[in-house]
Amino acid sequence: MMNRRQRRHLEERFFKGVMRLSLFLALGVLGLIIVTVTQKGIGSLSWSMLTKSSEGGFYLGKEGGILNAIVGSLYLAAGATALALVLGLPVVFYLHAYIGKSSLANAVRLAFDVLWGIPSIVYGAFGFILMLMIGMRASLLGGIITLALVELPILVRTMDEVMRMIPHELTESTYALGTTRLELAGILLRQTLPGLVTAVLLAFGRGIGDAAAVLFTAGYTDNMPDSLMRPVASLPLAIFFQLSTPFPEVQARAYASALVLTILILVISLLARLSLRALGRHVIR
Amino acid sequence: MTIRTATHLSIRNLDVWYGGQHALKDINADIPRHQITTIVGPSGCGKTTLLKSLNRLSELNTQVNVSGQVLLDGIDIYDPAVDVTEVRTRIGLLAQKPCPLPMSIYDNIAYGPRIHGQKNGKMDDVVRTHLQDVELWDEVKHRLKAPATGLSVGQQQRLCLARALAVRPEVLLCDESTSALDPISARAVERLLDRLKENYTVVMVTHDLAQARRLADYVLFIWLGEVVEQGPARHVFNQPREPRTRAYLAGEIG
Repeated sequence: MMNRRQRRHLEERFFKGVMRLSLFLALGVLGLIIVTVTQKGIGSLSWSMLTKSSEGGFYLGKEGGILNAIVGSLYLAAGATALALVLGLPVVFYLHAYIGKSSLANAVRLAFDVLWGIPSIVYGAFGFILMLMIGMRASLLGGIITLALVELPILVRTMDEVMRMIPHELTESTYALGTTRLELAGILLRQTLPGLVTAVLLAFGRGIGDAAAVLFTAGYTDNMPDSLMRPVASLPLAIFFQLSTPFPEVQARAYASALVLTILILVISLLARLSLRALGRHVIR
Repeated sequence: MTIRTATHLSIRNLDVWYGGQHALKDINADIPRHQITTIVGPSGCGKTTLLKSLNRLSELNTQVNVSGQVLLDGIDIYDPAVDVTEVRTRIGLLAQKPCPLPMSIYDNIAYGPRIHGQKNGKMDDVVRTHLQDVELWDEVKHRLKAPATGLSVGQQQRLCLARALAVRPEVLLCDESTSALDPISARAVERLLDRLKENYTVVMVTHDLAQARRLADYVLFIWLGEVVEQGPARHVFNQPREPRTRAYLAGEIG
């Protein structure tokens, strides 16, 4: 018969094991994705693939590259993130500084949670219908607007949670210096900047990786993006189209494209992490 | 034109409701100029609520409703024509827990003067003077650009005091401002407050009766949202008139 002490230690070990297993599974999936993508794609990855646009028959296994899709994706995601920020920041500040914990604020939060859960293909269809109504064709601008709608709930809710972590004392102490609400917002911005940057990263990551939202709204092209009003290529759709072909060598190119996308996100995340260290120097914990 | 009298802050028929609860009931008090007034009473009796009603910080909580008057040299701070930022500039706060602004030691002091229009030219002097005022200068003069969070809690509280003074308030509200500090830092802050009362009116909430006895010139004893007794410290502490004050001072309630 185990005594009480032994049983408690056994419990501790059991649950620690469960936690480690979960962690291992989560990291394992990431590892497997990277290994698979690398293994299947590295052979097709070439310098010309990264530096050349698609030249007609690239998706049939001929010459060319995906530079148009790389640049297109960066344009789409950067534009969408910027637009989502322009739309989202005032919402977040209004939520925090003016309506706070009121039932209106909670209704707004619920609305954004619902928006977060809507599949991006629905945003794509919605954006497409809207564009048809105003007579707009599939274009970089259409893709940016639709992706911004996809990113907006992520941005708003993540930033909102960051703002809710602000110590109450900071708000009070700042107001006690005779600040206006706008000046308070400036102080709170300094306090929350690292968290806000993380939120922007999350939104950017979602935007650059989304295929469904840009399928109808940004279209696809073999050309480099040259105008807001023209269609633009994107990496997720490049992967999608390449994988859908029956040719093994083109499918391998899909994995190479996926590898490019993964590395792109990795590099951006690392750069942001480095800048966060500097930004977070003064943050009150 | 305001008239300088012995009374600096005058509280008239102040009622505060917190949610549905009547937290402060018909408070009347005259806070003397350039003295330390301590608000004492058992936990949850409304001390902090009263303190934060004196510079309208209480209204940050949307559940709080205030009626009555708080007259700063005769002007009601709750008058709709009065600018709340002006009120809080003249009546500063030293919070319970030190909370520096998320910036450097230097900028913590410079921030207030800057938003109130002080030009950057003389800022170095402003920062040095106020850091010297709180006896922090020698400890931080070589790392003015370092994050304020790198300071110890006691140093942070002195920094917060210097920050509050840098906007040149007339009244300083202290909300149990030494309770989060170690004894040595707490005594340092006490010493500073005792010295500062030459130029500032200090109103402090404390649950530490020994501290109140050491510092107070004037005492408000609050119990269940009402002022039970008030007067010069030596009267309230040595010859309390009310049985409830006697019971509190004897440690029977609280």
